[in-house]
Amino acid sequence: MRPNNFWKTSSLISLILAGVLVVMALLVNMTPLGNSMWLRVFFGISALNFTLRASIPLILGALSGILCERSGIINIGIEGMMLAGAFGGFVAKVATNGWPLTASLIFSVLIALAIGGLMGLLHATLSIRFRMDQIISGTVIIILATGFTAYLFDRNAVAEGKFNALPIPGLAQIPVIGPVFFDNPPITYLTLLLVVIIHVALFHTRWGLRTRAVGEHPRAADTVGINVNRYRYVNTTMGGMLAGLAGAFLVLEAVGQFQEGMTAGRGFISLAAMIFGNWNPFGALGASLLFGYTQALQNELLLAGFTDIPRQFVSMLPYVVTIIAVSGFVGRVRPPAAEGKVYETEGSSE
Amino acid sequence: MQSIRRFIRPLLIPFLAILSALIVGGLIMAFFGDTSGTLMERLWRPVRAYQSLFEGAFGSGRGLSTTIRKMTPLLLTGLSVAVAFKAGLFNIGASGQFVMGSVFSVAVGINFPGLPPFIHLSLALLAGMLGGAIWGAIPGLLKVYTGAHEVIVTIMLNYVAALFAGWTVYAGGTQGQQPGPLWDTTAGPISETPDVLASARIPWIFGPPYRVHYGILIALAVAVFIWWLLYKTTVGFEIRTVGQNMKAARYAGIRVRWTIIFAMILAGGLAGLAGGIETLGLNHKFAPEFGGGVGFDGITVALLGQTHPLGVIFASFLFGAMDAGAAKLQFDTRIAQDIVQVIQALVLAFVAAPTIIYTIFRMKPDPEEVESAPTVNWGAG
Repeated sequence: MRPNNFWKTSSLISLILAGVLVVMALLVNMTPLGNSMWLRVFFGISALNFTLRASIPLILGALSGILCERSGIINIGIEGMMLAGAFGGFVAKVATNGWPLTASLIFSVLIALAIGGLMGLLHATLSIRFRMDQIISGTVIIILATGFTAYLFDRNAVAEGKFNALPIPGLAQIPVIGPVFFDNPPITYLTLLLVVIIHVALFHTRWGLRTRAVGEHPRAADTVGINVNRYRYVNTTMGGMLAGLAGAFLVLEAVGQFQEGMTAGRGFISLAAMIFGNWNPFGALGASLLFGYTQALQNELLLAGFTDIPRQFVSMLPYVVTIIAVSGFVGRVRPPAAEGKVYETEGSSE
Repeated sequence: MQSIRRFIRPLLIPFLAILSALIVGGLIMAFFGDTSGTLMERLWRPVRAYQSLFEGAFGSGRGLSTTIRKMTPLLLTGLSVAVAFKAGLFNIGASGQFVMGSVFSVAVGINFPGLPPFIHLSLALLAGMLGGAIWGAIPGLLKVYTGAHEVIVTIMLNYVAALFAGWTVYAGGTQGQQPGPLWDTTAGPISETPDVLASARIPWIFGPPYRVHYGILIALAVAVFIWWLLYKTTVGFEIRTVGQNMKAARYAGIRVRWTIIFAMILAGGLAGLAGGIETLGLNHKFAPEFGGGVGFDGITVALLGQTHPLGVIFASFLFGAMDAGAAKLQFDTRIAQDIVQVIQALVLAFVAAPTIIYTIFRMKPDPEEVESAPTVNWGAG
């Protein structure tokens, strides 16, 4: 059994960097340091807002990956599940344009969750029931979702309205922290809450203990009466729902419309965030914020007219950082031990 | 009897997979998307669609030449993925390697005026292979020396390659960023390279309007070479042994690390060559939109071809035909041509999980059958 290695190096590094970011932001936005153009580019409120917005789908994707992989199912199909969820949410929103806005949006989120969950169930069925290689099954999910959404997408459909910011009374008035953290639309709050919920569920409940047991040593889990494959089915389906929620965020909170291929690699980056965060919810949060920050930085540098480094090279940062992370140059990360292997019960004829 | 069975068996799964994918794809066309018409009309729609698809791919000289044109890069990226599979590696990076190959080829192709045609072309193609090989070597080296999983590294390198290629041809402009080194200074705001010099272009077999170039013959020759390399040489034996059982390979004294790196360099070189051939034979320039979609399709082609070079030839021909007929399918039936991508994903699903086929067709699994794909894990190799 793996101990709760919450403070493993890579999680620690990303959380410390996130902390440094918050402190610098407070200093820059509340003291005369804010007069420096450079510090404003790096730590201004707009950079932080952009960071959080860019991070939400990455956080949800990474949490999706954590749920699946902690139970032993590799999920590289997050990208496809996100896209399918986004499309489902969009179709539901278009169909309910006549409803009151809130009801229609909530209904669309539920549909996105359902579609994401179905994709997760498909991934679990392919890899458990049909024993497909899990990475290939993930690839199938991605190609299927890309093809299906392009095939069914009606380019004339328009979704009317999206989630608005809900400032939290009191907290939203705190300088710097308020406008960044407490003046957001609902899925953003939900995502930050989910990080805490999944951390507690994984490390402090019976379900979490069993999930980790199934991912680390299925034989032992089976011996004490845990239904290994049922845990894998349930977790992968829930993981799919989280990816679907990320899609819902893109369509119903960030953009407001669906575009073909709109996930644009976010599913893959969230995989990287999961690995960089060492399969821990808070690690994934830190890593996602860092990746979101590199995107924000690119944006701010462009706005500030800084062009000495081509913007394409700034955009490479998250990918290069990921390669460095998986290469173990920043503390060793370790995946769940039984990941990627089909579990067969003792004496099964299959 | 036994020998006939052994010959037919490997062909049976791909055949049934394609058949099942076409049937499921037909049902999707009948019941999803356009839902007008009576039940009979809707059931008839996929039949007409497949007829159009077939005519679009084979019905005319132009259709057939489009099939060959689409097949060429798929054959090489399929081989790239297949070679990596043989060594137990999953190369999702063919699209990045393809892009790097395109960029390297075009860099040689637009420079060095005055070189004799054959030499210029050869150098440009070699540059493409080199670009892809470098991009393949990185995940190989990282896997061997740090344990980084090649799947995640190749996915990330795909993005880095796309951004790098975007920079090389970037037109500069709005925010004052300098244009990229390969940008065509006469292109105005368009981000693309100048045309490849005539001396570095692959000649036509059939010129416009057919536009079939000698790249298809290069690709076929390379496929035969890869078959020879994998099955008739020591290096190939080592690659296959490492792929089947790394521990046994190590015990037998095979240099496992070197073999893994070599397989990735080879895979990268093949995808890079695909980029080079596409650039020098067809597009005659590089722009960011000539991207690496064929790299991702290479995975499906490799698996449909059972990771065997001769199977990959057949699979790339089939997928090339599907891509070629897609436009006519959409034109004739007004069904979105993206349905072809759905069918290709279904082919991949059925071919990668023979158990589904066994279940549908109530067949007994073949006990001698080896799993075509390696079981993989993020962990250290």
